[in-house]
Amino acid sequence: MTVAPPGEAPARHRRKKPPLSEGARAERKLGLLLCAPAVIVMIGVAAYPICYAVYLSLQKYNLAFPNAVKFVGLSNYGAVLSSPYWWQALKVTVIITIFSVLFELIFGMALAEVMFRTIFGRGFMRTIALIPYGIVTVAAAYGWLYAWTPNEGYLSALFNNGAPLTSTVPSLAIIILAEVWKTTPFMALLLLSGLAQVPGDLEKAARVDGATWWQRFTRITLPLMKPAILVALLFRSADAFRIFDNIYVLTGGGHNTYSVSILGYDNLFSALNLGIGSAISILIFICVAIMAGVFIWGFGVKAPGADLAK
Amino acid sequence: MATTTRQKAGWGAANTVTFVVIAIPLLWIASLSFKTPAAIADPSFWPAQWTWGNYRGILTNSTFVRPLFNSIGIGLIATFIAVVFASMAAYAVARLTMPGKRLIVAGALLISIFPQISLVTPLYSIERSIGLFNTWPGLIIPYIAFGLPMAVYILAAFFQQIPWQLERAAKVDGATPWQAFTKVIAPLAAPGMVTSAILVFMFCWNEFLFAISLTSTTSARTAPAALAFFSGGSQFTTPTGPIAAAAVVITIPIIIFVSVFQRRIVSGLTSGAVKG
Repeated sequence: MTVAPPGEAPARHRRKKPPLSEGARAERKLGLLLCAPAVIVMIGVAAYPICYAVYLSLQKYNLAFPNAVKFVGLSNYGAVLSSPYWWQALKVTVIITIFSVLFELIFGMALAEVMFRTIFGRGFMRTIALIPYGIVTVAAAYGWLYAWTPNEGYLSALFNNGAPLTSTVPSLAIIILAEVWKTTPFMALLLLSGLAQVPGDLEKAARVDGATWWQRFTRITLPLMKPAILVALLFRSADAFRIFDNIYVLTGGGHNTYSVSILGYDNLFSALNLGIGSAISILIFICVAIMAGVFIWGFGVKAPGADLAK
Repeated sequence: MATTTRQKAGWGAANTVTFVVIAIPLLWIASLSFKTPAAIADPSFWPAQWTWGNYRGILTNSTFVRPLFNSIGIGLIATFIAVVFASMAAYAVARLTMPGKRLIVAGALLISIFPQISLVTPLYSIERSIGLFNTWPGLIIPYIAFGLPMAVYILAAFFQQIPWQLERAAKVDGATPWQAFTKVIAPLAAPGMVTSAILVFMFCWNEFLFAISLTSTTSARTAPAALAFFSGGSQFTTPTGPIAAAAVVITIPIIIFVSVFQRRIVSGLTSGAVKG
């Protein structure tokens, strides 16, 4: 048995493969065994169903007519892509994603500063900030719904007893508001890890050299935080794109405020159309894959955990 | 660094604004939950008349109590299994020399950005055909899968910080790799496991899309899903008060969690998920 030098992980990684010692083989076997349950669950719940969805999306399959299942090739995709509903849903989803992630980035940065640097009650502020992160989205959404209900809600009363949830643009604004309120703390926490990596000395040196707060923020903090910001954007964009809970409660998708997830859900549970529903599912999956691809290869996001696998 | 009065005032203002923006929507739901049906139709922020009636109503009603029980049970079981599986996988990723590590990390990343709606249609169809639809395992299994990535990241980052030498010392003393894992590493890893368990449980507690899609009755429906299917005590009463009370009930555990585990949650989310 070869004796491995008592080095760190990278040294072990560079070790030549062919002569696997007994110990190394045991280690490998144990590693595969330990990973097996997690991998099996992830394949069983995600990989297999997505393949099954591809298969379903090629069938004409309506649960109301379970005996009329028929292979129809790509015609479900044709039906979805030529439907104005799909494009409306995509437009709504993209608008919500862009605006909520943009506001979350701005407010998240501010909240991260508060959570990280405030001089009083830091623990308390962090606890308070975690509540929206932890709160059940549906519970918070009902709060927003009732706040904007005319004759019942304080926010509606503030705005001339208006009923903003009955037209498209105000509804979208409220959906974005609910989304931003709920997820800004998560964004702040993702940014916090970047903020913690900015060396304090550098800040201090810039301050001594007479840099203003804004200069220090744009010239030092932001560039050093760029990797953390990109990772946060990737996670939040993917998450915002699948928005469902807030819309389901606030408008139910009415007044042209349905997202792609709401559209997919309705096609399954209202129209009972497994074929069309699956085609929508696959198209959403492709959209998210493209988005992740743009972030990872286009902006060079270092995928989180990449250094764990060394 | 001395703090000036101006800095103090600035941070005081920032703290206050943050607190108010976060607290008002929470206080509003709490206030609604104490309003009588008559007071609901009054947009003032605080109730004109206070009542416990909404709480009494939902806590004696099986359309909420049963889902609450489901939420707790499904959340605890899914969390337990996800953390056990994730610990095993994270140990392998962080500590062992083996092929396919990258694939596991990439798979976990893929799942964490995966659009759940893409799985709803196929899972609905699969679960109906194998009898898992509207059962606890029917929700537990997807929750394990979606809880795993975060737990694997947090635990792998955590395992990397545990001193190597201890494990090697155990092996020198004749422990097998399995013994080194259970006797030496697992106790040291316990804090990381607690952190990931909290976050996975909060995910399960919050989940809505699978909860409404993969259940059809209160036998497996969780609390957030039950909220959406609430109706008033009779056909003519609005369910606003009961929904608000139920929202408060499912928010209380979250407030307790974040108060007790604030440090762990912050460190878990900042260290594990995004070591960029």
